[in-house]
Amino acid sequence: MSKEHVLKVENVTMQFGGVIAVDNMNLEVNKGEIVSLIGPNGAGKTTAFNVITGVYAPTNGAVYYKDKKIIQNCPQGKMKKLYRGENADEYTGQHVLAPTPDRITQLGIARTFQNIRLFKSQTVFENILIAKHMLRTSNVFTATFRLNAKEENQMREESEKLLKIMDLEDVRDELSTSLPYGKQRHLEIARALATKPELLLLDEPAAGMNPQETLELTQFIGRIRDEFGLTIFMIEHHMDLVMEISDRIYVLDFGKPIAEGVPEEIRNNPKVIEAYLGGAQDE
Amino acid sequence: MSKKAKMIWNAGLIAALLATLFVLEQVLPSGSMLFTVLKKGAIYALVAVSMNLLNGFTGLFSLGQAGFMLLGAYAYAILTIPVESRGSVYQYFDGGIIQFTVPVPVALIAGGILAAVFAFLIGLPVLRLKSDYLAIATLGFAEIIRAVFQWDKLGPITNGSNLLRNFPSFKSVLYPFVVSGICIALIVLLINSTYGRAFKAIRDDEIAAEAMGINLAHHKRLAFVISSFFAGVSGALLAMYQTTIQASMFKSAMTYEILLIVVIGGIGSVTGSCISSFLFIACSEWWLRFLDNENLYIGGFHVPLLRPGFRKVVFALVIMVMVLFYRQGIMGTREFSVEGIRNFFQKRFGKQKAVEGGGSHE
Repeated sequence: MSKEHVLKVENVTMQFGGVIAVDNMNLEVNKGEIVSLIGPNGAGKTTAFNVITGVYAPTNGAVYYKDKKIIQNCPQGKMKKLYRGENADEYTGQHVLAPTPDRITQLGIARTFQNIRLFKSQTVFENILIAKHMLRTSNVFTATFRLNAKEENQMREESEKLLKIMDLEDVRDELSTSLPYGKQRHLEIARALATKPELLLLDEPAAGMNPQETLELTQFIGRIRDEFGLTIFMIEHHMDLVMEISDRIYVLDFGKPIAEGVPEEIRNNPKVIEAYLGGAQDE
Repeated sequence: MSKKAKMIWNAGLIAALLATLFVLEQVLPSGSMLFTVLKKGAIYALVAVSMNLLNGFTGLFSLGQAGFMLLGAYAYAILTIPVESRGSVYQYFDGGIIQFTVPVPVALIAGGILAAVFAFLIGLPVLRLKSDYLAIATLGFAEIIRAVFQWDKLGPITNGSNLLRNFPSFKSVLYPFVVSGICIALIVLLINSTYGRAFKAIRDDEIAAEAMGINLAHHKRLAFVISSFFAGVSGALLAMYQTTIQASMFKSAMTYEILLIVVIGGIGSVTGSCISSFLFIACSEWWLRFLDNENLYIGGFHVPLLRPGFRKVVFALVIMVMVLFYRQGIMGTREFSVEGIRNFFQKRFGKQKAVEGGGSHE
């Protein structure tokens, strides 16, 4: 396949003390794809997300976004001795790149969280409006003296539009935390979209949802991908959702990628079945 | 209510307030306690709102307010003491080394800027801390500043631990009202701008705010510097009000007073801070004064317990009751507005109508 990749994770290892949470992970997400990352509990999926979004600097490895290197690190200080992963030499002596999460978002990678993190004291509309702050061109003086009225109006208009698209118009002025769970998930995705991302990272979007809600979410994710021209990379546990919607799937177990492929391949992969159902070698 | 109508209402209210103050000043004797309360209340309102910007809207628990007020007060005093009276003010330091004065408004702004510059420098290391740790660090800073300003070696500039006096002050109660009013209006404009929304986002959830592309370090520093700027201005106003200043005035107890005002008014409410600062000053300076009077008789009955200092006991009790029963403060996070009052009365009125309607139905 000669598709252009949006996200490329290269030899990323994340080690906390002596524990390797993500072990030499390589993956690619191509433009327009929906790619899922699955794995049993504690496999290191969220850690992988946190590395990509800049919450953690990886212990070793690099991350590319649209062919541009955005994150790179090699074992430093005490980690030099402790490091038990691979490919440490490849990045040693090279320039360390460890941007903060806000820099990553400004590049065009937005994310949602496993346990919903909305701005609790703000209304639905304000939650989305806050995300527009990132796209401002005003500084604190022009904003205070309202010299940015045009931009401010544009922010508001775009947020209104987004509310309409996301079916949140009727709850516009409600407190974000007073929404039902499913709507809060929608709002969190809407808020991420307000930053105008090209790549959307969803961390367990269907967590805590019933089958009906999960089905709706499946259609919803497909719809926003088409409507906003997004590339989506998500972590998910609901196999119905994953199998139905994903173009490709990566499987992680104990921090190591054990399989990769289209849903059909993953479904029949013995390694994956073993990881999920447990090996029989003990008995 | 349309935006225009709101603005007209607000402008009208402000004009009415200023006119009332002006008339009061003509009518009442100038020594009246009312003016003391109004002047000091206006100054404390400004510093309380600036603290609220930080504690209530950005979620940074800082206790450095007295330190920044000290910086503002000193900058103002040092820059405005007339050259001819410097000799007597700086009597132990040969008239000091600063031998020029600037106009009062410039000195006010300079006070703010000095506080802001210090805030920027302190913010670089300190704003990496969170919650209580930040409070301790900023409190420590305020104490250090106070000690440094009392240092003899800095005497030629700060007059050491001696009083600074003879600088211009204000007579009219309108002066602090107008200056504080302008500053508070600026803070409100900031809070309602896109930056204000970013501050609130940081308060609600730092991790989510950062994931939404808000640069935490930059925005926290911004809030800290702006808050300190206005604390500095209010410090300068306080200097004008008191006509003499000394570094030992700006103890941490002052910060706690301001924190108390913010908490009583409602953390996250600008109007709450304003209202509670007037109430606080009125209680501590005026309304509870009678409790200090040992020989108080009500119709031949000698009221027991009263003695100098008893007012503070009652005041503490009042505050404890406040905090127990109004945990959100007077205003919570709501704001006082014309529209709010109208809605309140409409609800009352509307309810009555509904009840009447129900009655006629029977």
